[in-house]
Order: sequence, then structure tokens, then C-alpha cells
Amino acid sequence: MIEFDRVGVRYEDAVAPVLAGVSLRIDEGELCLVIGQTGSGKSTLLGAINGLVPHFTGGTLAGRVLVDGRDTAACPPRELADVVGLVGQDPLAGFVTDTVEEELAYTMEQLAIAPAAMRARCEETLDLLGIADLRHRALLTLSGGQQQRVAIGAALTAHPRVLVLDEPTSALDPTSAEDVLAAITRLVHDLGITVVLAEHRLERVLPYADTIVYLPGDGTAVAGEPAAIMGVAGVVPPVVELGKLAGWEPLPLSVRDARRRAPELRRRLPGQPLAADGRSASGTSRPAAAPAPLLRAHGVVVRYGPLVAVRAVGLALHRGEITALMGRNGSGKSSLLWAIQGSGRRDAGSVSAGPDGADPARLSPAAARRVVGLVPQTPADLLYLDTVRAELAQADRDARAGEPGSADSGSPPGAPGSPPGSAAGILDAIAPGIARDAHPRDLSAGQQLALVLAIQLAAAPAVIALDEPTRGLDYQAKAALTGILAKLAAQGHAIVVATHDVEFATRTCDRVVVMAEGEIVTDDAAATVLTASPTFAPQVAKILAPLPYLTVAQVAAALDSAEPGSRR
Amino acid sequence: MSQGTGSAGQDIGRAPPGRRPVRLPRALHPVAWWCWAIGLATAASRTSNPLLLVLILAVLGLVVALRRSAAPWARGYRFYLLMALVVIAIRVGFSVVFTTGASARDHILLTLPVVPMPSWYSGVRIGGPVSAEAVLSAAADGARLACLLCCIGAANTLANPKRALRVLPGALYELGVAVTVALSVAPQLVESVGRVRRARRLRGAAGPKSGGPKSGGPKSGRHRFGLLRGVAIPVLHDALDRSLRLAAAMDARGYGRTGTATAASRRLTAACLLAGLAGLCLGGYELLDPTVPPAVGVGGFTAGTALAVAGLVLGGRRVSRSRYRPDPWRWPEWVVAASGLACAVVLWANVGYDPAALNPAFYPLHWPSLPVLPAVAILVTAVAAVAAPPVPVPAASAAPGTRPAQAALEPAAGVSQ
Repeated sequence: MIEFDRVGVRYEDAVAPVLAGVSLRIDEGELCLVIGQTGSGKSTLLGAINGLVPHFTGGTLAGRVLVDGRDTAACPPRELADVVGLVGQDPLAGFVTDTVEEELAYTMEQLAIAPAAMRARCEETLDLLGIADLRHRALLTLSGGQQQRVAIGAALTAHPRVLVLDEPTSALDPTSAEDVLAAITRLVHDLGITVVLAEHRLERVLPYADTIVYLPGDGTAVAGEPAAIMGVAGVVPPVVELGKLAGWEPLPLSVRDARRRAPELRRRLPGQPLAADGRSASGTSRPAAAPAPLLRAHGVVVRYGPLVAVRAVGLALHRGEITALMGRNGSGKSSLLWAIQGSGRRDAGSVSAGPDGADPARLSPAAARRVVGLVPQTPADLLYLDTVRAELAQADRDARAGEPGSADSGSPPGAPGSPPGSAAGILDAIAPGIARDAHPRDLSAGQQLALVLAIQLAAAPAVIALDEPTRGLDYQAKAALTGILAKLAAQGHAIVVATHDVEFATRTCDRVVVMAEGEIVTDDAAATVLTASPTFAPQVAKILAPLPYLTVAQVAAALDSAEPGSRR
Repeated sequence: MSQGTGSAGQDIGRAPPGRRPVRLPRALHPVAWWCWAIGLATAASRTSNPLLLVLILAVLGLVVALRRSAAPWARGYRFYLLMALVVIAIRVGFSVVFTTGASARDHILLTLPVVPMPSWYSGVRIGGPVSAEAVLSAAADGARLACLLCCIGAANTLANPKRALRVLPGALYELGVAVTVALSVAPQLVESVGRVRRARRLRGAAGPKSGGPKSGGPKSGRHRFGLLRGVAIPVLHDALDRSLRLAAAMDARGYGRTGTATAASRRLTAACLLAGLAGLCLGGYELLDPTVPPAVGVGGFTAGTALAVAGLVLGGRRVSRSRYRPDPWRWPEWVVAASGLACAVVLWANVGYDPAALNPAFYPLHWPSLPVLPAVAILVTAVAAVAAPPVPVPAASAAPGTRPAQAALEPAAGVSQ
């Protein structure tokens, strides 16, 4: 169906080609998963399938890409629209019309399909993706998952032979992501359509993949059976990592596979993970329950008109502790973070933060950010200068503007350990190697996050809040973020992270607070909360239950101490 | 009559039992509504007879009340009415303030103090006696403009503006797409401005309430520039990113497929359109210029129109595209459009009634007479209220329980502050 013959892609001003000598073949009816780190050329590979590369993006294409027998070098994307359907990351950005039904019909209108056939196909597609009840809705009012399903439907109505999806779930919360992935797997099984999918959430799609194309990042591509590729790939989900550690062959791809092999591993493991090992081994491994919390909130209420987003919530954040704020979309996580930072709405309740116990909402913005620093959901909103260097310099100026000496209303001295000042120094410490001359918008999602974090840290806030920092990050970037946050906690900051990502929370956080309908439902040590229910557990916990292990690192440490020298 | 395929409505039989229940609810073709409204507007522009204008307003009100849908774009008629009142008020206000002088026979309502103007500015008089005649003729004049406004408003209320765009000829399809995209992007832009303004506070940028002690008076200009930069640049970046992604998505979805057109046919189309437009301009100029014989002007105008239409038809033929659920054109459309056009023709023709009755003078003050034929023509347009099929009710108005997932919940405080 799709054939890459020694394909190379090189962009105008790039030092190295993005793809070089890639030859691979994707057969009809396959679900092909494209994996690789951010910046390894996933999007370029996908774009080459429907001709967006090089017709739309520019750059030079070497070799030949054949899709259904057509050479993409000769066909611009619009002429391939009847063969290849493309779904991007942000569904909203790709919508041309404004209601669901018209959006579904758009591609067909371009292809000049007869009105009667169009009507029939629209109805079929509405049912296939379970969006029939949305048909007259305006696209803007849909949730992210619904929008993405409409986008997939809009590509499907043209009856393409190939469906290309470029990280369709990276901008979605897990529930919506599950809806979308369920829809995709159903397409593969029911329609036998060829699907090429780039995806960060490997653990969800891995069991369904027929082939995997792995891009190591040097321009080459390795294609093959999932289990074989997982053995060499640098990006793997925890289940594969555990499989590698335990030496299982072939590697398990789903929790179910792994669970069937697990009894043997469980016998080798001690009953309790080592307390000294991970941060989250038991929740008491560090002097977390410090007597003086850095932030105390009482009875915080946030309402938007008739809607109560946060319902009389009390929360205490402690020095040196990383707290995860979890809960489904719309449970009030963001509203709570913005309320305790002082910039967002707060209709009732009190917040006292920092060593002085000041209320951030009463301070000037410059002083408030020296008490609580917030990294919002779309960090790029904070960036407005041309280069990273200029942003860092501006951050230093901003940080000085709120200094106590400048007669600002009682702003407290910064957090312990990190003197206010050089944002550049902080950036180098948390994410070395970001070019100073780069445009902030050209950075990857992970680098942007690091830059904004450095800017916020330059003001040396006592409390750091991050709103959904893991959106769009790959495994490496998430691991890096975990390291950064651990370092900051060790320096004495109190950290709160709103996240949906169970695996990330497991590795990063000491304490988990679960919110639902604006109220706090659970507030306990991470290990306790995350092992309490099988649906809310990380993969390792699911595989090794009833043993209370959460991360592969814990298992590795336990194996090392139980049978020294047995590994490798 | 309307058999499923074309009609937008699914529910049958909202018609009262007395009438035959064959008329399924559906949306009338937007072009029919526009023909009707433009016909009425043409009629309104021909007359300043308050009786006729009131008749037109009454017809508009009746049809809008009976045949508008529940969609958001159909709720705007009252704003047009409000605007119409404002227009009349301004017109009357001007006639009161800038008086034109009154003769002895005029009925003086009140006398305003005269503002003395310098001699070089004596063309304008402010203040002085205000006559009932002047106020009335100003009101009638304003009412004509107000009526025009209401006609356009009614068309906008009755015909879905987006469906109206869809009937553009194939060659102008791109224009329609541009408008649709702009309409759907605007709310996203507003949302992104709100988000960035909130984010700025996080960076310690002085929010709307305080500038901080350092940014004192002299710096405020620079401060404002900083604010502009801090908000405008991220928003513009966002907008540009989004439009690039939209362009890529549209390309991938087949927008702008060339179909079967050859290079020669494309050149022919372009030549026809250009020559046609040039002909239209020249023809229009010649028509207006009294020194050019009218035959030349009319000839140029007609030739230009013909060329332009040929270009549009040719251009439309080269795009291969189809329409999803096109609006049908059946007898109700004919009736509605014809009634509007007939009304326009009657008021233009000046035949069968006294043309002076269309623009009665208010000097001396007297009750204007009602010309019968124009009045009947206007009343006939009210047939649209009956001829147009009933409006479809959205099936299972799905929205109320489900809420717009994120938009409502993300802290919207920055916007409201």
C-alpha cells in the first residue's frame, strides 16, 4: 500500500537531513505505529505519505514514496485526498466548517461525490464513530475527544485507503484519548483500513500494532514486528521495560501478556520495595510532613456563573513535597491552581503562602509570583520575545521588579536554596543545551516547558504549581521533568502538579490528591492512592499486584539487593 | 412536497390538523429570502410615504415572527430594529439642531436659542425655530433608511448566512470558504487573547490593576507598548500557527483540486473575468456620464456583464466539487422571491398610480394619501409568511446536558476582571 524507497528529506536550513535512506513497506490493512522521540522525524515521515512533505512544508525529497501506486512527488496532497486521510494533533486547527455534519461532508464535497452518496456516507460515519447525537452541534462546543473523533470521521467519509494520524491524542486528556484510540482500533478491525499512527501513549496502542517503525533520531528508520522493535527502541512503555528487566522473551506488549508471566517474577521479589530507593517508595522516606506547610488554603471556592468549579477546598502544601492533583477533566484542578496562585478567580476562602503567610491574591502580580509560581497549561502563552536569550534576560528583570527592596507590599524573601537571579543559570541546570539564539516558538514542547519553568523559577517562588505539564511530552521529556521536580523539591520548594498521567505521578509524586466535582475525594501518600484500585494503577502495579511495587526502578533495586549480580 | 433528501427537518406534522399535513418543515432557500428582502428594500428606497413604510415594516415583522428559526444568527432582528430607531432619532435630531429656517405658514413646535456662527461659516445654522413640517419630513426620510436596514436585517434573520454563502457560483467558492473560516476563527482568537492576558499576570506583568511602584508616569507609554507586545505577539503567533495548520489540513483534504481544467482553459477564464470587470467599470462610468450617448453606456455595461458571467461560468466548470445537502428550489421559493420582486417592480414602474404619492411633501402639513397599487404590492409580499414552509425544530436539542468541556471550566477570571 505504502512504499518508501530510499527516501530522504532535508529542510532548507537544517544541518542534517531529517530522514535519510528510509526504505520500508506498509501493507494493506495494517496498523503501523511510528515511534521515536520528539524531533526524530515522525511528522515528516507521516507528511511524506500524503505529499504534505515536500509540497506544503518545503524541503527536498530524495527517493520515492509510492502510495497506492501513485508517486507523491508528482501528486500534491490535494490530489491524494481520495487515497490518504490525514488527522492532525489539534483537531480544532484543522476544521474548515463549523458544524459536525458539514465538517464530515467537506472532503467529499472537494472530491465531487454525488449528493446521495454523501448523505449515506455521512450517516454511516456518524454511527461508526458514535457521534450521531452530535451531528448538529457546533464544533467549538465539543470536548477534545469528540472533536478528534469528528476529525477522524471527516477523513473517513472520503473512503481513503490509508488513514494517517499524527499524534491524535497528544492534546487530549486520558479519557478522551481512550475514546479516540478505541475508535481507531475499531476502524482497523472492522474496515480493514491501513492506519499509520504516531503516538506517545504507546501502552494503549502497542497491543494492536501489526508493525512498528522506530525512528532512532539519526534519520534512519527501523521497521519490524512490535516485539522485536521494542527490544531495540529507546522509547518503551513500563510494561516493556519490566519485561526487559525480567528477561522475558518475547517481550510482553500488554499488561495481560505480562501478568501471565509475572508469578515467576513475584516469587523473586521481596514483599516490600526498598524504602530507601525511590522517592515514592512509601511516602515517609523523606521528612515530608514538615511542621510548617509553605501554603495553606481553606475553604477555597471558585464559581463561574452557576457552575461551582471548586467547592470549599482546603489544601496544605509542604516544603520538599511533590503533590499530584488528579481527577477527570473539569474536576476543578486548574481552577484550584489559579485560585491559590492569586491570579485566578477566588470567590471565598483564604490562602496563606510563603514563609510570611501572605495571601497571593492581595499582592501585586510581581510579588505574588515570588510566593507561588504557576506554569500554565499552554506554557507558550508566557513567551513573547524573539530569542531564548531575550526571554531569559526579561525574566531576570521581571524577577527584580518584585524584589522586597522595591517597596512592593510585603513580598517575602524567596524560597530557600535558590537565590533570585539568573534565569539562564536555572535553565542550564534543568535543561542544558537549549540554544540561546533559538526562537522560543521553535523549541519542542519539553524545551518550552523547561524555559517557562526557568522563567518562573527566576523569581524564586516558595511554591511551584504546574498545570498539566506532561501534555505532548514523550517518555524522555517526562523523565527529565521528573528529575527536575525532584531536584527542586530537594531544594525546599513545595510543588503541586495537576496531571492525568498515572505513570508520571507514580514516578514523580509523594502525595496524590484526587478531585471530583470540585471537591477533594482522596488525599494520601502516592503509593496508597495509586495501588488502591486496579483501574487507577500504573502498569507495574497492575502486573505485580498484590505486591505494592509501582515503578520499574523499584523492581530493579529490589532485584539487585535480593540477588546481587543476577542482572546482566 | 419536500421529500426527505433536501429538507433539513426530521420531525413531521407540526402543522395544525386543519391544514393538510403534507408541508414538512424545512429551511427556505436563502436566495429566495434575499430576493424577497431586496425587493422590499428596493420598494422602500423608492418612497418616503410614512404609510407605505409602516406597511413594509409590518410585513417584515410578520414574516420574521412566523418564519425565523431558533438558531443563534436568527436572534438578531431586534438589534436591527433598535438600529433603525437610532437612525430615525439621529435624523430627527439633526433636523432639530441644524434648522433650515421656517416660513410664516409653518407650524412652529419650539424655538431653540440660535448659536451665532462666524461669517465664513454661515452655511450652517444652529438653533432657531423648529417646525413640525421639518421634523416630520426628517422622520419620514429617516424611516426610509430604517426600513432599508430592517429589510437587510430580516434577510439575515430568515436565511442562514452560511447557507447563503454556499450558493455562491463555483468560481467564487474560495471567497465563501474564506468568510466561513474567518467566522469560525474569530471566537478562537478571543479565547486566545483571554488566555494570554491571564498568563501575563503569572509573569508578574502588571495586570490591569497595578503598575508597580517602578513604572511611574513617564514610563506608562512604554508600559503600554510592553503590554501590546506581551499580548499581541503570543496571540499572533497562535493565529499564524493555526492558519498554517489549517492550510495544511485543507490541502490534505482536497481543497483546490484542479479537476479537469487545462492551462488554456484557466487562461481563458482569467481573461474573460478581467475583460468583463473592466467592461463593467467602463459601462458604469459611461452610464453616469451625461455626455456619452446612453446606448454606448448600456452596450458597454451589457457586454461587461456578459463577459464577467461567462468567466464565472467557465471558472465554475473547471472546479469539480459537489454540495452536501443542497437547498432545493421548489414552488415556495418561487412564490417568496416573486412576491418581493413584484413589489419592487410596481414601485419602480410608476404606472397605475400617482408617482407623487410615493414621496408626499409635508408643506403644507397634511395627511399623506395612500396609493392603492403600491400598498397592495407591499401587502402581497406578506404571502411569504404563508408560502414559506415552517421552520424545522432542531431534533432533540442535544446540547443542554453536555457542557462545553474545557472552555467553561478553565479559569476565565482574567477575562472577567
